[in-house]
Formats: sequence, structure tokens, C-alpha cells
Amino acid sequence: MDTINDRLRNDWFILSSLVSKDFKLKYRRSILGVVWSVLNPFLMMIVMAAVFSFFSRGDTATQPFPVYLILGTTLFSLMSSATSSGASSIIAAASMIKKIRINKMIFPLAKVVFELVNFILSLVAVVIVMALFQVWPTIYLLYLPLLLFYVTLFCAGLSLLLSALAVFFADIIYLWGVILTAWTYATPLFYSSSILPQLMIDIMKFNPMYHYVTYFRSITMCGIQADIASLMHCYINQELWLPAWQPPGLIENLVCLGIAAITFLAGYLVFRATQKRFILFV
Amino acid sequence: MIKNLKKPVKQPTISRVDPIVSVEDVTMVFNIANERLNSLKEYLLKLVTRQLFYREFKALSNVSLNVQKGDTFAIVGVNGSGKSTLLKIIAGVLEPTNGRVRINGRIAPLIELGAGFDFDLTARENIYLNGALLGYSRAFIDENFNEIVSFAEMEEFLELPMKNYSSGMVARVAFAVATVMVPDLLIVDEALSVGDMFFQEKCMDRINTLIDKHGTTLLFVSHSIEQVERLCKQAIWLEQGVVKMSGSAEEVCEAYSKSQ
Repeated sequence: MDTINDRLRNDWFILSSLVSKDFKLKYRRSILGVVWSVLNPFLMMIVMAAVFSFFSRGDTATQPFPVYLILGTTLFSLMSSATSSGASSIIAAASMIKKIRINKMIFPLAKVVFELVNFILSLVAVVIVMALFQVWPTIYLLYLPLLLFYVTLFCAGLSLLLSALAVFFADIIYLWGVILTAWTYATPLFYSSSILPQLMIDIMKFNPMYHYVTYFRSITMCGIQADIASLMHCYINQELWLPAWQPPGLIENLVCLGIAAITFLAGYLVFRATQKRFILFV
Repeated sequence: MIKNLKKPVKQPTISRVDPIVSVEDVTMVFNIANERLNSLKEYLLKLVTRQLFYREFKALSNVSLNVQKGDTFAIVGVNGSGKSTLLKIIAGVLEPTNGRVRINGRIAPLIELGAGFDFDLTARENIYLNGALLGYSRAFIDENFNEIVSFAEMEEFLELPMKNYSSGMVARVAFAVATVMVPDLLIVDEALSVGDMFFQEKCMDRINTLIDKHGTTLLFVSHSIEQVERLCKQAIWLEQGVVKMSGSAEEVCEAYSKSQ
């Protein structure tokens, strides 16, 4: 029989084939094609920046708001797209699962990898926005692969869990859409957590995406303080001085890794325990 | 054609004594819910009110069979006798409720041709995707790409999305991908009922070549007694999930024909 190594290599080949299939199909009919992966977060950021410049958003005035915004929304949309497409991945692959012998974990994981690649492309938009607002990268940007590892592990865990449960209860997919909407507003993407009451800030510590988004902002905007205009604004309004973004410490890294590892383990175990019965239900 | 057939790089070694397929006392039970429950709420309601009943359906009961290397083995039986379930268990798609299945070697399952084809992709892309799903490496497909294309006779349409293909053309591509490797075990489940006569003959030739020249073992399922008699030496007759008869293809086919 095949060795484990052979099987892993073949699983990887299948996974990458599925990912490239998704890419080809996603942009097959569009003229700009893969450019949309960059353009989309950029345009979204412009819309949101325009909308939210009319709303109170807390201490984000001390930093370039569009940068703050695009960092949060791109990372959050990585999670929300990966988990929502991951959730229905097993049901969507029903025809394959019924016909061929295959490692079923490939399907939700392929969706996560697809969204990860998409996210990496959208970083081009992030770089453009950073350059426009003169946020220059620091050495701490080297933490980025670590963050992507945490987030990918976290998304993979959620996708495995949701896709397995969705086989037995299709309602999960619809429910998850609602949860994602609520989660979007419960995470400081276009506002600062400092406008929240203390109670909410305490609760926020249990929001995994809060930790990941904060991590992303802190490595990108490390050392950023207010520009002159905002400084004046702070001075005039007698606002408290807000500290600059600090690079993530050991504790923050452990928290992010811990959340990811626990989520992945839970998803993996549920998936492994139920996968033999998928074929009877899909 | 024959000399072009290539083995994949890594070929598992098969000892001569072990049967290539050994099915030991396999039972497959499906739980059929009396009504289809589609939501968590319904499920919980039924669970609480203890109305969750399942009807058990035994698709296979205590089926055992051994296929030796080089055998040509047929499974006959009417619709719903458990043939496809047995094949799916042997191919590793289904997990039996009880019993054990051991396979020694590489399987080429022609159970349902073209699993995983995406009809929005071109034929070229689908060959790679389907090849991956069948366990080929990228290098192996690269190497044998031309052979697949020429066997399927679709050189001109390579870059066309497969939704524009006729069902016969799809079957040709699928068959070509599935049989480009020399498998130890070829599982054929009435997959050849598609395509025109000419192509069916070509498929049969390929199967015969694999059996005669390469010692491939064949596991064949068909309603057509003539095809079984022509291709197979051994046979098993399934009726309602039970082995009714097993022996030489000639005897089994005769008994099976009489019962019809």
C-alpha cells in the first residue's frame, strides 16, 4: 500500500488542483480577472471609509483611518469567506464523495487555502493604501507569516467543524451567515474598541477575531502616532494621549496560537468522528 | 498502444499468495429515516418526543469473496441486489458496517466515470483534476498527457469547456484518464454503456489488453450476461444482499439466466 508520504503528496496535489479550479472558475467570465482580488478590498475600503467618516468611531482619529479599516476588513473577510464556503464544502462535493475514495478533509481545507491565497493577493491593496497614507513597514511586519499561520489554523478548524455539522443539519449554513454578520459588528473593524464601555471591552477578550485583527494592526502600524492635524485635534479636545501601536508580545502570541490550536483540534476531532457517515447523508 | 502503457513510478509489491481482493463477512446496513429530517429543530423535537425511528435496510449480509491475481471476476444480480454497494465498499468509497475488506494493489475504479469533472473547466484542466483524484502525480499526468488525449481522440477540443462536450466524449476522456495507468485491479461497473459502438469496442480492447498482457485483475458488474460470459471466468450471483451462488462464470450465468 501507499506510504503516508505518498498519500500526503497526493492529497496536496488534489488540494492544489481544487484551489486552482476555484480560481479559474471565479474569474473565468470577468475581464479584469484576478485583478478583482486586489480591487475588491480596495473599493470596499473606499466605500466604508466614506460611510464611517460620518460616524463616531473612537480614537481612530489619531491614525490613518483607511489603513486601520482595510487591515481589519481584509483579515475579517478572510475568516468569513473561508468559513462560509468551507461550511458548505462537503455538501457541494457530494458527487465526488459518493464516487471516489478520497480524504474528505481536503474539501474544507481547499476552501481555506483558496481564501488564504485570495487574502495574500488583497495585501497588494493594503500596501497601496499604506503607501498613500505613508505608513511605512517596520521590522515587525515579519510577524505576518506567524499571524497567517494562526488565522489559517483557526479558519481550518471552524471550516472542518461547520462542514461536518452541515452534512447532518443543513441549517448550520444559514445560521452561520447570521452569526458572521453579528460577528462583523462585534469586532472593532470600523470603530475603535476604546469607544466601548468597559464591560464590552472585557467581553471582547473572548472574541478571537479581535485578537487577530489587533495583531494585524499592531504589526503593520507599529509605532504609529498621530499626525499633526490629529495632534491638534487631541490637544484642543483635551483628549487623553493614546499610546502608539505596540508589537505583539509573547502573551499575545500565545493567546492567538492557543485559540487557533484549540479550534483546529475541535474541528479535526468532530470531522474525524463523523466523516464515515457523510456518504449516507449527503 | 501496448508498448506505450506505463506503470506509475511507485508500484506496490504484491505477494503471490494473497488474494488481490479479500472481502470477509461484509455486512452493510443503511439506516433509512422514516421521514427525512432536514433541520436541527426537527431532529431535537423528534429526539425529545422519542419519535426518531429508523428502518434498517440490509444491503449486504455476510458477503465473502476472494479474487485472486489475474482473475476475471463478475458480479451478477438484478437491480437492488447489492452489486453497486459491494463495488463501492471494495473501492473504498463506502465503509462496511461489519466485516473487512483488504485490497493488495492499485485500483482503477471505473464505477462512475468522470467523478470530479467540472464542466466549466476545459478538457485539459479536467484531465489534471481527475488524474489527481485518481491518485496520479502531476509528473505522471504530464508524461502521459498525449496518450490520454490521443486515446480519447479529442486533440482539437482540448481547450474547450467540457460543458460543450457530448456525453460520449466525456466518457471517452474519463475512460482514457482512468486506464492510462496499468492498475492491479480494474473495477468496471457498466461504465461502458456510454459512447458509440466504435468507442465501446476500443474500451473493450483496452480492458482485454490490460488483462492479457499486463495481468490486471478484473472485477466486472453487468446486467448483460453475454458481456460477462465473454470477459469473465469467475462469477458471483448476489440476490437481496446475499451470495446466492459462486463459481465459474459459465455455471453462474446459466443459473442466473434460468431464474429470470
